[in-house]
Amino acid sequence: MALIQHSDFADDSWIRLDDASEAPIGAKIIVSLERWQRDRESLLGRNAPVGVLLKSNQPPALIAADIDRLSLIALEFPKFTDGRAYSYARLLRERHGFKGELRAVGNILRDQLFFMRRVGFDAFEVPDRARAQEWLKSFGDFDVVYQETGDGRRRPVRVREPEIGG
Amino acid sequence: MAQHVVTANRLGDGGVVYLSTAGGWTEWLSEADIVDSDADEARLLAIAERAVAARLVVAPYAIPVERQGASLKALSQRERIRAKGPTIHPQFCKPEAGGTGLESSACMSTTNTTAHW
Amino acid sequence: MYVYDEYDRTLVAERVAQFRGQVARRLSGELSEDEFRPLRLMNGLYMQLHAYMLRVAIPYGTLSSVQMRQLAMIARKYDKGYGHFTTRQNIQYNWPKLDAVPDILADLAKVEMHAHQTSGNCIRNVTADQYAGAAADEIEDARITSEVIRQWSTFHPEFSFLPRKFKIAVTGSPHDRAAIKVHDIGLRTIRNDHGEVGYEVVVGGGLGRTPIVGLTIREFLPKRHLLSYLEAILRVYNQEGRRDNLFKARIKILVQSMGGTAFTEKVEAEWRAIRKDAVDFSSEDFARIAAQFAPPRYVTSTAHSAEFEAARLADKDFEAWCRTNLAPHKQPGYAIVNISLKPIGGVPGDATAEDMELFAKIAELWSFSAIRVTHSQNLVLPYVRLSDVHAVWQALRGAGLAAPNIDLITDIISCPGLDYCNLANARSIPVAQRISERFASLDRQYDIGELKIKISGCINACGHHHVGHIGLLGVDKKGEEFYQITLGGSADENASLGTLVGPAFSYDRVVDAVETLVETYVTKRQPGEIFLDTYRRLGVAPFKEALYGSHPA
Repeated sequence: MALIQHSDFADDSWIRLDDASEAPIGAKIIVSLERWQRDRESLLGRNAPVGVLLKSNQPPALIAADIDRLSLIALEFPKFTDGRAYSYARLLRERHGFKGELRAVGNILRDQLFFMRRVGFDAFEVPDRARAQEWLKSFGDFDVVYQETGDGRRRPVRVREPEIGG
Repeated sequence: MAQHVVTANRLGDGGVVYLSTAGGWTEWLSEADIVDSDADEARLLAIAERAVAARLVVAPYAIPVERQGASLKALSQRERIRAKGPTIHPQFCKPEAGGTGLESSACMSTTNTTAHW
Repeated sequence: MYVYDEYDRTLVAERVAQFRGQVARRLSGELSEDEFRPLRLMNGLYMQLHAYMLRVAIPYGTLSSVQMRQLAMIARKYDKGYGHFTTRQNIQYNWPKLDAVPDILADLAKVEMHAHQTSGNCIRNVTADQYAGAAADEIEDARITSEVIRQWSTFHPEFSFLPRKFKIAVTGSPHDRAAIKVHDIGLRTIRNDHGEVGYEVVVGGGLGRTPIVGLTIREFLPKRHLLSYLEAILRVYNQEGRRDNLFKARIKILVQSMGGTAFTEKVEAEWRAIRKDAVDFSSEDFARIAAQFAPPRYVTSTAHSAEFEAARLADKDFEAWCRTNLAPHKQPGYAIVNISLKPIGGVPGDATAEDMELFAKIAELWSFSAIRVTHSQNLVLPYVRLSDVHAVWQALRGAGLAAPNIDLITDIISCPGLDYCNLANARSIPVAQRISERFASLDRQYDIGELKIKISGCINACGHHHVGHIGLLGVDKKGEEFYQITLGGSADENASLGTLVGPAFSYDRVVDAVETLVETYVTKRQPGEIFLDTYRRLGVAPFKEALYGSHPA
């Protein structure tokens, strides 16, 4: 497993905590939604950053009230063809105003990085560092976009003469 | 168990192929290796999976066939069409092994009218 | 028509480069077939029975002569010299090699074409009224809206991995020639009481395993809000559509299970939340695109053409063709010309490279280089001056391409069926050919009148059989081909789904069964009734009895 943050490979400073384990003191931890809902108070009382991982059937509305208390939200792709998290990511960024790290985890193809960044992901757990340069290059698959999402990219401003004839 | 052969599509052009008695892949159903036990079918499918890994073919599977005189016939209509090509374009139809591809009698076309062609 | 600017060209070129990389990764083994499949499908590349098949997008069915010539070149260079126009206004090549596909895409890009989103679980190539821009009855050119949707839906980052495919159709006229009620979203252009142009929004229609006529979820959507409203619908669907069962993943199932009211409320709530964001195209964006579809430089506005009338009087065959193959034009002195790709005994929708080159030339000479593809697998020359119609006909007839049968019984829609398709259970094309031969007599065809036969080789219904006046569905019975018959379907503004008439017929008997149905109609019709009218008046009973006797099996 390797981590891309923003536009480069990086060491992962977060640990994934299962639902039973004790949280190490001071560690930045990612917990399941179930654990978050169960241990919310004690997790917030640790005085260390906490993140929540949402499965693809757990929409962001479930944590909307706690957005400002979370430093990281991870959205899981159980299969790369399950595209629900693309909508979740936009909702988190554009509706709920989430400013922390939005991390894509699970089954991810490098052909999807371009789309993922456009909907608001800024961190990506990928299989390994093999072909690292190709993975990073995928962010630049397209220079032109036709839609405006929360990533700030604009549709091209086009000025031209009309064409005559059919 | 009924007689079976193993078929797949080539990765490069999607062409229909069969595992042959010679151990390789052939375009001709008539040259396919026929097996009649589960063990032999599994053996052929294992060979085919190695060809998938070697990027020669895609999605191999076994089909039931029946020997009719000198020729071999697939039991399902789908596989009969796969074996010979579209029934509506005699010119794109596969000939019998060794043929030139021009003799439309090799095809199973049920309509002789191809006015548009 | 729409002409690419540097942005469009860049995007298409980058997509070609991306796909070239994906093919290389597949051939090198970096991608397995399971990983490659969704990637190739998003570029229209299928694995069919005998070979790969490449589906090329013809956005809203609009082609120029230059593009048609390139399609011919590709058919010759990379395929076996022909292509197949589909019910989605696209063209399919049946024999490309995998490593040649990136080169085909590069050749398409040279003429501003591509295969984006012609398959896969994404927003598919948008379809529209083939008479857009020319129809006498239209409120607005449907291509403007269609192009706006094409741009918005191209590589949409949120909606590229939907639960299932997603099809949008647009009609600019009250008369629906785009079958909008059987699409995931159908948009009908309307004008409200204040004279403002907008859309009736129909959602959740579709054919396939569960045929459903779509539900109107909004009576009037102002044009400027089109994209935010589409985004709201897609966002609800992307999150809530079923992903556990392929057969229940289309939006129509979500609408049915949620209930129309609840679904509509959800969409409206989502829309209220996003409407203030910068999703919508501005009126300048719309105007810029509309300018691309400015009318051609018509050279006459005189409704009458003496030459045209004289030719009709002088030549019986020409007159016959005019009766079926012309449609009224918004510009006086012009006609919309339909080119039938359904010669007697031919393969519906197929065209050879030579045919394509002829169409390109004819369009160049007499239709401002404009060609359309129809969802009935025919072609249209949208801007032909009346005084040129005879020359067009002569050129077509010289090549055997002047079949005078638009909307008649031999103008059959047929999917590729078991001759090509990996999903099919039975052949479609040879059934269409045999029906066409059975009813080859023109006098008989005219006597029968409008009758739409649609044939699908499997339940996926690419041949639209549910909305055929007579629909045939191929099924597999113990390895043999059988055909179920449905009656009374229609895809226009009075859309209806056909009713299954009884047990299926074998490949050998199905043509006789169709003839029995037609003869029943001929016997029972009242003056002025087409087949569908008679069926709607009498119901299924007399047809059933004719087929199966009074004690059906």
